[in-house]
Amino acid sequence: MTTPTPASPANKLGFTKQDYVGSKSTLCAGCGHDAITAQIINAAFESNIEGYRVAKFSGIGCSSKTPAYFINQGWGFNSVHGRMPSMATGASLANRQLINIGVSGDGDSMSIGTGQFVHAVRRNVAMIYIIEDNGVYGLTKGQFSATADKGSSLKSGAVNELPPIDPCTLAIELGCGFVARCFSGNPKQLGAILKAAFAYQGTVVLDIISPCVTFNNHDASTRSYKHVKDHDFPLHDLGFIQYSEVEDVDIAAGETELVTFPDGSKVAIKAIHEDYDPKDRFGAMKAIHESMEKGEFLTGLLYINPTQPPLPDLLNLVDEPLASLDETLLKPSPAVLDDIMKALM
Amino acid sequence: MTASPAAPSPTQGAKTRINDFSIQVATVNGSGSQTANTVLLRAIFQMGVFVSGKNLFPSNIAGLPTWFTIRASAKGYVARKASNEMLILMNPETAKDDIAKADVGALVIYDEPLQLDKLRSDLSCIPVPFQKLVTASCPEPKLHKLVKNMIYVGVASRVLGVDMAEVKKAIAKQLKGKDKAIELNQNAAMAGYDWAMENLPDQDQVRVVRDNKTQGLIIVDGNEACALGALFAGCTVVGWYPITPASTLVETFIEYAQEYRIDPKTGKSTVAIVQMEDELASAGVVLAAGWAGARSMTSTSGPGVSLMSEFIGLGYYVEAPGVFYNVARTGPSTGLPTRTQQSDIELCAKCSHGDTQHINLYPGNMEECFQFSYDAFDLAERFQTPIFVVTDLDLGMQNWSSKPFDYPTKPYDRGKVLNQQQLAEAQDWGRYKDVDGDGIPYRSLPGTPGGKGAYFTRGSGHNAYAQYSEKPEDYLAVVDRLKRKYETAKTYVPKPLFRNLGSDKGLLAFGSSNPAAIEAQDILAEAGLKTDYLRLRALPFTAEVDAFVQEKQVVYLVEQNRDGQMANLFRETYPEFATKFKSVLHYDGHAIDAKCIVDQITAFEQK
Repeated sequence: MTTPTPASPANKLGFTKQDYVGSKSTLCAGCGHDAITAQIINAAFESNIEGYRVAKFSGIGCSSKTPAYFINQGWGFNSVHGRMPSMATGASLANRQLINIGVSGDGDSMSIGTGQFVHAVRRNVAMIYIIEDNGVYGLTKGQFSATADKGSSLKSGAVNELPPIDPCTLAIELGCGFVARCFSGNPKQLGAILKAAFAYQGTVVLDIISPCVTFNNHDASTRSYKHVKDHDFPLHDLGFIQYSEVEDVDIAAGETELVTFPDGSKVAIKAIHEDYDPKDRFGAMKAIHESMEKGEFLTGLLYINPTQPPLPDLLNLVDEPLASLDETLLKPSPAVLDDIMKALM
Repeated sequence: MTASPAAPSPTQGAKTRINDFSIQVATVNGSGSQTANTVLLRAIFQMGVFVSGKNLFPSNIAGLPTWFTIRASAKGYVARKASNEMLILMNPETAKDDIAKADVGALVIYDEPLQLDKLRSDLSCIPVPFQKLVTASCPEPKLHKLVKNMIYVGVASRVLGVDMAEVKKAIAKQLKGKDKAIELNQNAAMAGYDWAMENLPDQDQVRVVRDNKTQGLIIVDGNEACALGALFAGCTVVGWYPITPASTLVETFIEYAQEYRIDPKTGKSTVAIVQMEDELASAGVVLAAGWAGARSMTSTSGPGVSLMSEFIGLGYYVEAPGVFYNVARTGPSTGLPTRTQQSDIELCAKCSHGDTQHINLYPGNMEECFQFSYDAFDLAERFQTPIFVVTDLDLGMQNWSSKPFDYPTKPYDRGKVLNQQQLAEAQDWGRYKDVDGDGIPYRSLPGTPGGKGAYFTRGSGHNAYAQYSEKPEDYLAVVDRLKRKYETAKTYVPKPLFRNLGSDKGLLAFGSSNPAAIEAQDILAEAGLKTDYLRLRALPFTAEVDAFVQEKQVVYLVEQNRDGQMANLFRETYPEFATKFKSVLHYDGHAIDAKCIVDQITAFEQK
C-alpha cells in the first residue's frame, strides 16, 4: 500500500487508486483491453473493494493476460484455454468470500470455452465474467473468432461467412441475472456497470466490445474503433449507488428508474434512446436482436434481475469459507465410523 | 428331478469341496438378479465363510446378458477363479453357450423348459420348474420376473447347505426398510428351498459348512471405501462427471455427506458437490478449489483422465493440489466400459504434455482404498500437486470382504501454507522458492488479509516469485525443483508390502492383481517354485523397491494390460536391470485369476 498523498485521494478503506493497479501491460499500444483494465482499477477503487479478497481468473489469449495488469493485492490464476469458468467455479466454492473476476476473450469464451461459459452462467457462479470482445484471435495473429460479424473481413481479405454467436442474448437465454454490453471507448458507461457488477451476487456477464488495433481495426472490419463508435447506441445513462451511500444520494424522481440489489445498493437507470426496460427479459432479447439486424451495438445494462441465488446458496453451503473449516468440523467421529462399519457387516 | 446329479444321502465325502468353490449365475441385465446374487453371497458370508463376488455386466440398462460369480474360499483366496463348480443358468439366450463352457462335473441349476440335460451328459443337471414355483409363491404377475431370481437362491441354498435363516437375514438387510419386498422375497426363496428339499437328493460335491472366518468382517466395494476415506479426510469440494465405473464413488460420497457433513449449528453443508458439464470442468473445479485452500477431489475413469490431462499438467506446473480417482476400465477409447483393466498406469504416471511426473497410489484392498484416500488429501496438500488414486472396476464395483476400517487418527497435514502473520514476518517470500531444500515451496491462499502473499499463478513460464519469465535459467529452476519434489515424495508415499518365501525370484503386482498374485505364489510354491512377492503401492518407487529390483535375479511383473505398462515404468527407472522384468499379463476385461499367472510364470521358467 502506498501512502496517500493530497494528489492521490484515498477511498473509504484508505487505499489510493495506485493500490489497485497491476503490472505493466504488454499488449499493443492503444489496445481496447487496456482501457477496460483502467476501468476495472477505477471501479474497484471507487467501490472500496478489499484487494485481498479478489481472485482473478483467465484462460488463454490477449484478454487473458490482463488480470496481471490490475489489483496486484488480489490472487490471479491464468489457466488453460477456455477453462477459466470452471476455475472460478472451484475457487468460489472453496472460499465464498472471494470476489471473483474472470477475464476472457471472444475466442476463449465463444469457441473453445463455450461449454464452460454456458454452464457457469447456468449455475450462477459468483463472478464478474468479462468478455473482451474484438472478433479476432490476436495472439495467433488475426484469425476470425466466433463473434465476428457475418460479412466482416480480415486484413488478408478473407470474409467471414458464418453467423456470430452473441454472448449477451446467450447469457439472457441461460438465465443470467446481470447482462451488459459496453464499448471500451465509453469509460463512463463501463465504469458505472463495473461498479454495479461488484455489488451483484451471482454471475455478471459483461460483453465489452474492445477493438483490436493490430488485426481488426481496418475499414472493412465491423469491430474497428471507428465502426463501433459510429454504431454504438447507449440505452441509458447509468449511475451506481453503493449501499453505504444510498442515504446520501439525492435521486431525481420521475425519469430515473432504480433497481435495488439485495445489499441495498441501487442502479439508477435513465433511458436515453427508447423505452427500454432492462427487467423485461423477453423485451431485452427482442431489442438486442433487432439492433443486431441493423448492425448496431446496443450498449448498457441489457438485463437485470438481482434476486437470483448464487451457487453457494443453491448448494446451501456454510457461511464460512470451506477452505478454512477446521478438522474438528470436517472429520466425523470414531463413533460415526463404527456405525458405518456395523451397517456394512 | 430328471437327471440324477449325485449319489444321495451323504452330505460330505472324501472329495467334497467344503467352502471352496465358485458359483456362476447367468441372468439378464436389469432383471433384479443383482439383489438375488448379493443375498446368496451375503448368506454364505454370514455362515462364516470367506466369499467374494464378481459382477460381469454389460454396458446396458436392461436386457443384455450378465454373469455373477461367487467364490467361497476356506483359505481366504478372493481372486476370480477360472473354473466353476456350480452354474445357475437363468438366461435362455446364453444357456447353451454357458453349458458348453461348463467344467466337467459341475452342478447346473436351470429352468426346466431349457432341457439343458440333453446337451451334455458329464454334468450334474438340476432342472427347476421356475414358472410353477413363481406362480405359486407370488400373487402379482408383474413381480414374477424379480421373484424368479430369489427362487434360485432358495434352490442353491438347499443344494449347498446354506442355512435359510441366513438367507432371510440377508434379504432383510439387502432390502432394508421395504417390508413388503422383504416378505415377498423371503417367501420366494423359501419356495425354492422347499421345492428343492422335496425333490432333490443330497449331493456331496460342494458344500457350505459353517465356519468362523468372517466374524466381524464387513462387505464393501472399493468405491464406497474410497468415498468413506474422502469423507473422513475432510474433502470440501467435489467436481465430477458421471462415468462407469467411477460414478458410484461420488454418489456414495454424496449419500454419506448428506448425513455426516452438515454443520450441526446451522444445518448447512460443509462440502460443495457439483456435477459438472464434463471431465475438463471437473478438473478445473478440483484444481482451483485446491489452489484456494479446499480439499478437493474428482472421480473418473480412463476417458475422463484423457480429457483432464491438460488440466493435470497445469496442476503439476503451477503446483495446485487435488485428488483424482481413476477407477480404471478396459480401454482404449470407449473400450469395454463395464470390464476391468489396469491399463491407465502410464497415463496416470505422466499425465499431460511436457515433462510431468505424478504421485500415484495403488490401493490393493478395501482397507487401503479407505486409508489411501485419507492419505491422498494429505499428500495433495503436502506436495501441492494432483494426486492419482488408481483403482479399477474390479476393486471399485465388486463386493469384497474386509476387516472394518481403522479410524484415521493422524491429524490432517495441510502442508506448507503461510497465514497472515507468517506472511507478514516472511523475508523475501517467493511462491516457488525452495526454502527447505525438499523441492516443496510455501504457498499462500487467496483471501488471506494483510496485503501480503498475493501472487499470480500461471501455466506459462514463471520464476521463483511467480513472475512471468521465458529465461532458460528460470524455467530450469522450476522444472528441476519439481523433480526434486518428486524425489521427496519417495519418503511419504506408502511403502511396498512383502510376502517372502525366501527366493531370488521376484513376483511383483499391485492393486486388484494382489489376490490372484498371492494365490499364484502359493500354487507355485506348492509346485516347488518359491518366489518373494512385492506388492507395489505407490509411485514414485521407494527405496524398498530399489532394493528388491537390485536383489532379484528376475522379477515377474503381474499387471492387467497388454503392453506391460508398469514394466515399462520399471525399465525406464532401472535401465541397468531392464532385462530382469518379465511381464505376466491378463487383459481380456475379466478380473485376473491365479491360474493365468501360474501358467505364464511356469512357461517362463521352462524356457
